[in-house]
Amino acid sequence: MAEVLEIQEEHHFDPLTLPNNGEGGEESPMKISYGKTMMWYFLLSDAFTFSAFLIAYAAIRISQPWWPNPNSVFKGFPGFGPEANLPLGFVSVMTFVLILSSVAVVRAVQEGHRMNKKGVMIWMFFGILGGVAFLGCQAWEWNNLIHEGLRPFYNPFGPDANGLTHLVEEHQQWSPGPVAFGALFFGITGFHGFHVFTGVLLNVWGFVATSMGVFHRRGHYEMIEKLGLYWHFVDLVWVFVFLAFYLM
Amino acid sequence: MQTTTVTEPHVKEHSQAAHADAHHHTETFISKYIFSLDHKTIGKQFLFLGMAWAVIGGLMSVVFRIQLGWPDETFPWLEKIFAAWFTDGKLNPEAYYSLVTMHGTIMVFFVLTASLSGTFANILIPLQIGARDMASPLMNAISFWLFFLASVVMFSSIFLPTGAASAGWTIYPPLSALPQASPGSGMGMTMWLIAMVIFIGSTLVGGLNYVSTVLNLRTRGMSMFRMPLTVWALFFTAIIGILSFPVLVSCCVLLIFDRGLGTSFYLSNIVIGGKALPFAGGSPILFQHLFWFLGHPEVYIVILPAMGMVSEILAVHSRKPIFGYKAMIFSILGITVLGFIVWAHHMYVTGMNPFIGSIFVLFTLLIAIPSAVKVFNWLTTLWRGNIRVNPPSMFAVGFVSMFISGGLTGIWLGNATIDIQLHDTYFVVAHFHIVMGIAAFFGMFAGIYHWFPRMFGRMMNDTMAYIHFAITFIGAYLIFWPMHFLGLAGVPRRYYTFNEFAAFSQYATLNKVITIAAIVVFLGQLIFVVNFIYSIFKGRKSVQNPWEANTLEWTSPIEGVHGNWNGDLPEVHRWPYDYSRNPNSDVDFIPQNVPLTEEEKKDYVHH
Repeated sequence: MAEVLEIQEEHHFDPLTLPNNGEGGEESPMKISYGKTMMWYFLLSDAFTFSAFLIAYAAIRISQPWWPNPNSVFKGFPGFGPEANLPLGFVSVMTFVLILSSVAVVRAVQEGHRMNKKGVMIWMFFGILGGVAFLGCQAWEWNNLIHEGLRPFYNPFGPDANGLTHLVEEHQQWSPGPVAFGALFFGITGFHGFHVFTGVLLNVWGFVATSMGVFHRRGHYEMIEKLGLYWHFVDLVWVFVFLAFYLM
Repeated sequence: MQTTTVTEPHVKEHSQAAHADAHHHTETFISKYIFSLDHKTIGKQFLFLGMAWAVIGGLMSVVFRIQLGWPDETFPWLEKIFAAWFTDGKLNPEAYYSLVTMHGTIMVFFVLTASLSGTFANILIPLQIGARDMASPLMNAISFWLFFLASVVMFSSIFLPTGAASAGWTIYPPLSALPQASPGSGMGMTMWLIAMVIFIGSTLVGGLNYVSTVLNLRTRGMSMFRMPLTVWALFFTAIIGILSFPVLVSCCVLLIFDRGLGTSFYLSNIVIGGKALPFAGGSPILFQHLFWFLGHPEVYIVILPAMGMVSEILAVHSRKPIFGYKAMIFSILGITVLGFIVWAHHMYVTGMNPFIGSIFVLFTLLIAIPSAVKVFNWLTTLWRGNIRVNPPSMFAVGFVSMFISGGLTGIWLGNATIDIQLHDTYFVVAHFHIVMGIAAFFGMFAGIYHWFPRMFGRMMNDTMAYIHFAITFIGAYLIFWPMHFLGLAGVPRRYYTFNEFAAFSQYATLNKVITIAAIVVFLGQLIFVVNFIYSIFKGRKSVQNPWEANTLEWTSPIEGVHGNWNGDLPEVHRWPYDYSRNPNSDVDFIPQNVPLTEEEKKDYVHH
């Protein structure tokens, strides 16, 4: 094993330049290993899954006469009580946490290229921490909205929300909003949360395998790169989910 | 475990021959034949399970065709066999709808998607590109076992007391979304959805493996443009599956929410028995868009592998290079791309904006171009070829016939104006059965007859094969040709009986003829099954390269060895279609691993 590692120090390890077939066949047109090919195609596939959800969201939303104003729905913040009015404050924190976690995984991949086991472990740890924190935030937000009455089949955020007043005989009337809001919110953020959850599990596995020296013995940290690809994808999807539910 | 290291990207020092030998001793019956990681065994598993499904799916069509052929008669003997589906010797209407639904689901997904791609991608991709196995043999095995699990769930749903799903294979809501809509919309529908989500997992895992194997594991000299057309077709098929099936996942997940959580994605303004349901704001048309975004590419998932195999088989058996090799590849690419932007031609009558309809008409008719390129290339490959008549070439020519007959009616249906008249009639049934059902089956049969010696080391019986061909070819036209006229007369599909309609009762005799033909064709397929099983054990032993073909699978020992080749992998020097290249030679084929001669090097056009 010591020999293998010495060789790698002499020739800087770069999986891109290695033949992908163990017996020296033709190179992949994309010049990447089969594992990364699989991951990229999987991400393409998953992108279609999310696109379908977001297109369903768009189709249903534009067919409604009105839609809840995100500023009056997502205004809670932990510790500020039920009267808190901090529009999009908490979701900004969540988003920031997820992006930071992605940055940590970028650093882990970089340390993997340098064959620095300890560095990979440290940054993977922060990446996992960010993922768990994001899931925690999502749990709080779901809980908060459920307390306010939001359900997959019921939406209390109706025309009484700011900017969407619904006047009946000069009086502001309260009536429930489009039910699709709750269904889409729980469905799509839930599906994204499920991806984050899977990503955290995979990253924990990557962390444990790193600590056991699996990738070091293998001579490369490509697995961490593949986990990183998935993690950044989950991050990217959140940007679109964020755009759809919170900004528009 | 051993096999995975073979294809591990960075392990170079392995001596493959020693490796294969060492592996042999550790194999048990279970690891070799059941939970095998060998792509050749997994391919056979897909084939066996697919054949079982095809018999079940075909039998179902016979049962509901008997109802359509003799709507007034009673069949006590059928009731003895299928007691749950019959009352007083007559097929129950609910059972009829379940049978139609399950026939479609089984044939489209379980036979022509999973089994067709699964069998031939597994057997042919590694062997034809010169790889030891799939990129990830473990994922390959997982793909099969997920398919098996989906099969178990789908098969069990047939035995539910409330019956299997009965909303049609397209499971349109609200019929599929409301358990109270029909008996089959209860547990049967739930199990259908569960089975399909598992099934999609299988397709995804398998597809990722096929794509990365083709891209990464080609042997020395096997550039992309030296791959046989089978591999190109299976490659694009896998990409279509990877990109379209996830949308069906989304579609099914939202439907599951509507069924289980009371959401209203697809439901709105529904009144049952005078009582309004609380659903509001959803759209059943949204479901159709999501479903057909998979549903249309799905027909290309079904037909492309057949096209690839037929291209290869026609070239081999007409002893000529395939006509227009690159045109074939780019037409597959064209079909792949266009296949994703035509889905709404299934929805012309949903009331969507006619301007959108006209755009979908345009794209739909554009698909005729790559399809016609392929048809003309097959015909010109046959043209003045030294054609060898044998079962694979017969079925391959049969495929071309079916594809032309069914494809021409596709041009009718692709036009929104004509589709308004023909939508949901037997014309549509005739069209898609010929062009994607029968044609794909012909491609599959051609492939099985052609690669049977590669799979089992023995030849299939020719006499039985010719009888099988004659019955299937004539019978399939007898079943589906008259349906065009039924459809033109406005006879709607999916109806349980036409007795009550004065306009349609005149076709009672024609329906009997169709049913009799269907029964004969079904029995004809049993000849194939008998031939298949008989030949595995008792067939004539095959020589190493029985068809004198160029592709690499015939250089791998015919008895099938782990790792596919003893010693080094073959090196490729030429494209796979060097047939009848030298008119002065006795040998009219030059396998891909034969180095170029000095003379050839001078004038060899780089393929």
